[in-house]
Parts: sequence; structure tokens; C-alpha cells
Amino acid sequence: MPQAARRPDRPGFWTTAFFVILAVFLGVAVLRFTRGLGAVTALSDRFPWGLWIGFDILCGVGLAAGAFTIMAVVHLFNIRRFEPVVRPTVLTGFLGYLFVVFALLFDLGQPWRIWHAIVFWNPHSVMFEVAWCVMLYTAVLALEFVPMVLERFGFERLRRIMHDVSTPLVVLGVLLSTLHQSSLGSLYLIVPEKLHPLWYSPMLPLLFYVSAIGAGLGMIIVESQLSGRAFGRELEMDLLEPLGRAMVVALAVFGVLRLQSLWHAGALPLALQPTYEGRMFQLEFGMGVVLPVALLLVPRVRGSQAGLVTAATLAVLGFIMHRLDVSVTGLERAAGVRYVPTWMEVVVSVGLVAIGFAAFGLAVRYLPVFPEHARPPAAGRGLGALAAPATRAPRPAPPGGEEEA
Amino acid sequence: MSHGLLFDSTRCIGCGACSAACKEQNGLPLPIEKETTAYTWTVVESRAGANVRRLCMHCLSPTCVSVCPVGAMRKTAAGPVVYDSKLCIGCRYCIMACPFGVPKYQWDRAVPVVGKCVLCAPRLAAGQPTACAAVCPTGATAFGEREALVREARARIASEPGRYVDHVYGLEEAGGTSVLLLAGVPFARLGLRTDLPNEPMPMLTWRVLAGLPDGIAVGAVLLLGVHWITKRRAEVRRAEGGADGAPPGGPGEPRP
Repeated sequence: MPQAARRPDRPGFWTTAFFVILAVFLGVAVLRFTRGLGAVTALSDRFPWGLWIGFDILCGVGLAAGAFTIMAVVHLFNIRRFEPVVRPTVLTGFLGYLFVVFALLFDLGQPWRIWHAIVFWNPHSVMFEVAWCVMLYTAVLALEFVPMVLERFGFERLRRIMHDVSTPLVVLGVLLSTLHQSSLGSLYLIVPEKLHPLWYSPMLPLLFYVSAIGAGLGMIIVESQLSGRAFGRELEMDLLEPLGRAMVVALAVFGVLRLQSLWHAGALPLALQPTYEGRMFQLEFGMGVVLPVALLLVPRVRGSQAGLVTAATLAVLGFIMHRLDVSVTGLERAAGVRYVPTWMEVVVSVGLVAIGFAAFGLAVRYLPVFPEHARPPAAGRGLGALAAPATRAPRPAPPGGEEEA
Repeated sequence: MSHGLLFDSTRCIGCGACSAACKEQNGLPLPIEKETTAYTWTVVESRAGANVRRLCMHCLSPTCVSVCPVGAMRKTAAGPVVYDSKLCIGCRYCIMACPFGVPKYQWDRAVPVVGKCVLCAPRLAAGQPTACAAVCPTGATAFGEREALVREARARIASEPGRYVDHVYGLEEAGGTSVLLLAGVPFARLGLRTDLPNEPMPMLTWRVLAGLPDGIAVGAVLLLGVHWITKRRAEVRRAEGGADGAPPGGPGEPRP
């Protein structure tokens, strides 16, 4: 990354890219809501759920799982050392769930009726349970996020009240997360005849829960790295390294459960075959489980920032692939059609992610998210400064930094 | 009593009168498409030298009813699985989950709803048979009480065993359906799923959902308990160590 100063009057590459994506995103949004789902998506009666469900919802919720994991570690298991991880992770979680809700507004046929789930109940529906849990947990995350705002603007009394109710809030958050993280897997329990045996399993709820914990932890590492590069704010290596170890455990547990699920379904032989599904599984499992676990078991890799970030990135990509395999790849054979999202579907997903990034950048800049020492002197140059690496603050070299070279 | 249809593939001549009558009865726009859509709720397909109707099977324990988060799908006592478009939020879980691939969506509309056969529920309420059964010239689609239709189907197989595959499709598939099928060729060759469990599909998710309230209660107590123990430990350590909050580590933290 070039450290040379840029001309301040010219927007940087990432800022330009952001606004281009935003413009196209808004155009597609107009088309989506005036012409219907068929005009912008590759969805059909044979393939009614696509990228917006598979990536935006299933991965969005899963990748935000770091929030409840870290809250449980710090506030319930009382491992206070990870206190600095809480705020960036809660911020990610909150933005992640907002991302999911906005994506849902695109995907629902009649999004203006999203409130129906509150009034018209069907407790037999997994979707009903997911809707309630996501709604309540987004509220919990908002309440867990609010102290950062209160602290920034000096509302001390309110902040102390928030602090007093934090324990029940954390318990509620962990319960709600456990419920809907697993229920996203339960959504697919009802299609045993459609979902390929490499992905269908009665253990889907458990698989989704455990994989979300692994991916949530991986996401904290990846996001700290991204945040460090883009906004000059990141977490210390001596916090990230133990998170990496926890991620290895979660990934390994997931790997064992995954193999068990294949064994019980009698699908292990399918996993080795050179079919479309077989190859997708091999890539998903090799890249997302075997490789990161192997990498992180080596202390030298684990202790270096580059190694840790590489392994975490692989784990996150493998997680995304597993969710897309469950929601897309595994259903294609039964549907009799191949689903490839249109560029417009991709733009909506990318646009929402970009907006999330920008929001994260703004929050990091104006709110006490990361520990104090990393605060840059010049604040408040607007959105344009968000992604400007030149505004990077001078900060102490990360402890693992010498191993990078 | 619960009503249904008995479709006998061996009697169907493929005239398509059922599709046309369905369009008229339900106010659906023409043309009659090749396969069922949100605007064509039933079609006659020609497969393996036989004619077979496609329409909602009106399951006894419908998957669509169980998955709909807002209860827009409902199984009525009279037999039909009906759809309330005013409740539907458009999540399309019903389309995704239906083992028979029945519900279809209005992909071309800005304000879309689901379309599927509703077994002419308004006609049934008025004591009439479905439009398709009323118009069928050969009696291939017969309307009646499900119990009577099952007896009729079994009687037909028994009287002409060479004419029929010895199976009433819909008797047990996915827990049983209100629409029953008879055929002269194996059902799989007619494009019908023969790998469906006989247990109602909704049980697959209900088994998990039913256990949740108990799980939540146990989980809440357990988590609060863990918090209580770890907090107490930290307090004890603080009291012993003297200075407030001096040892920053938690219980899982061996550092001094």
C-alpha cells in the first residue's frame, strides 16, 4: 500500500469506486421496485431463492456471529482481556444485521408488509422464528451499540443505565443468536428430496450454528486487518492470535460434524467423486476447513499477522461457499436448472456491502470504537476521507509486525 | 367432510378442458401455458405415452402451510389448501419447500402474489364440485369425498389390474394428499416424485421448533449461572488482590 501523500482535492480510487457502485446500485433498486423481481434477478419458479438469500441473508447473519460470541466470552465467561474486541465486533454485528434487513427488503416480494410477521403468527414456520429472532437481536445489537454513541456525546447517566442492563441483554443476545443462527440451517430441513445429500442433513441447524461461530471469529480478524488498512484502526496481534486459536477449534468441530453428517447420510463416497457437487464440496471443505486449520496449527503462521489473516480469510470464504452450496449448488440438480445470478443481483449485494463498509468507516472515525491509541489526529473530512489510506494515523507497530517481513 | 379429486390418467384424453375451465373459474389471464405458472394453475402434460394433470395436491399436512411465516396458506376442513394474498409478504418459502413444486410466483409484477390451485374453494363452499371435475368429458377427474375416492381408486385397480399400476398416488405420499392419482405407467415416468417420505414433511422442522421453548429456558438459566459464577470469581480475586481490578484476566486466563 502506497504511503505517499495524495492530492487532497482528488477523490481516491476507493471513494470513486464506492460512489460508482452506489449509483448503479440505486439504479437497480429503482428497477427492482418498479418492474418486479423477474426484471432484475435470475430467479424463477424452479429457483425461487438466489444470491440475496444465499449470500446476503445466510452469510450476512453468519458473519455477524462474532458479536454474540465475543459478548459471551467477555461478559458471561468474564474473560475481560478481550474487552477491546467488543466494540468493533458489536459494530460489525449491528451493521451486519442492518445489511441483512435491507437485503431482505430487496428480496421480499412485498417488503412493505415485512411487519406482518409481528402481527400474523405461524409458530410452525422456521421462517417465522428466524424473523422474530433477527428482529429482536437487531434491537439487542442496537442497544449494545448505543453506548458508543452515548459516550461520544457525553450522556454519562444514560450510559450507566445501559451498563446496568447489559447482562440480561447479553444473555438475550446469546439466546436469540443461538436460535436463529441454527434456524437458518433448519430452513432447509424441509427439503430432503431437493437438497443434494452432500449438503442435506438432519444436523443442518447444528452445522450452521458451529460454522457461524468459526466464521464470526474469522471475520473479526479479517475485518481488523481491513479496518487497519482502510481507516488506520485495528486490533493488537496479542488479541487476534487467541481468536485465531478459538477459530481453529470451531472450524475443527465443524469439520468433524460435517464429516459425521456425510457419514450418517451415506454421502461420504459422493464427496470424493469428480461430479459438479463433489468438486464444490472438495473446494468448500478443503479451502474453508482443512487448509485454515492446518495453517493455524503452525505456531509461526498463527503468530504472524499475514498468516493469521490468510487463514481467517480462507475460513470466511469457505464458510460463504458452504452457505452458497446449501442454498444454490445443492438445489440445482433437483431444480433441473442452473442458477447464475444476474449482474444486477450482484450489484445489489455488492452495493449493500459497500454501504456497510462506508458506515463502518464513519463509525470508526467518529465514535470510540477502537482503543484510544489508534486515533488519528485529523478527523471529519467527510465520506471522502473514509477510505483514504493517506490519512492513516501514526500508530505503534503491531507486536507481530516484525514477523511480516 | 374433506373433499378431493381422483385423477385417472388412463381415462384422460388430454383435451385440456380442465385448464380452460380453471382459467375461467379463477379469472386467470390467457393463454394456457405449457407448465403451471402463477397464471396457469393446472395443465395436462403428455408423458410416457400417457396424460397426466399437474395441479396442487392439497396435502393433508401441507408443507406450504407449515413454512409460511405469516400463515397466508391454510388447509381448510373442506379439503382445499387456500392462499390469502393479503397476508403474503413474498418470502417464497412455500415455492421453495413444496415437495410437489406447486406454488408459483408472479415474477413479472411489481406487486406480486403466489398463484396455485385452490381446489375451487368458493365452489366447494356452495356445494359444487371443482370446475375441472365438472367440465371433464371422460370422468378422468372425479370430485368427491376423499374416503370415497380412495375406495373408488382401489376398486378400479382391483377390477382392472392390467390397466393400472398398483398404487394410489397421494394415499400416503408426504403424509397423504386430497388429490389422488391413478396411472397405467409408473408414476416416476409421469414426472411425479416417488422418493417422498410418508411422514408429513412439516414434522421435519416441527421436531426442532417444538423443542425450542424448553431449550430457551434452560439456556437462559445456564448462561446467567455462568455469569454469576465468573463474576463472583473475579470479585473474590479482586478482594484478595487488594487493588481494584488489578488482575485483568478472567477464569480462563492463567496470566497473573
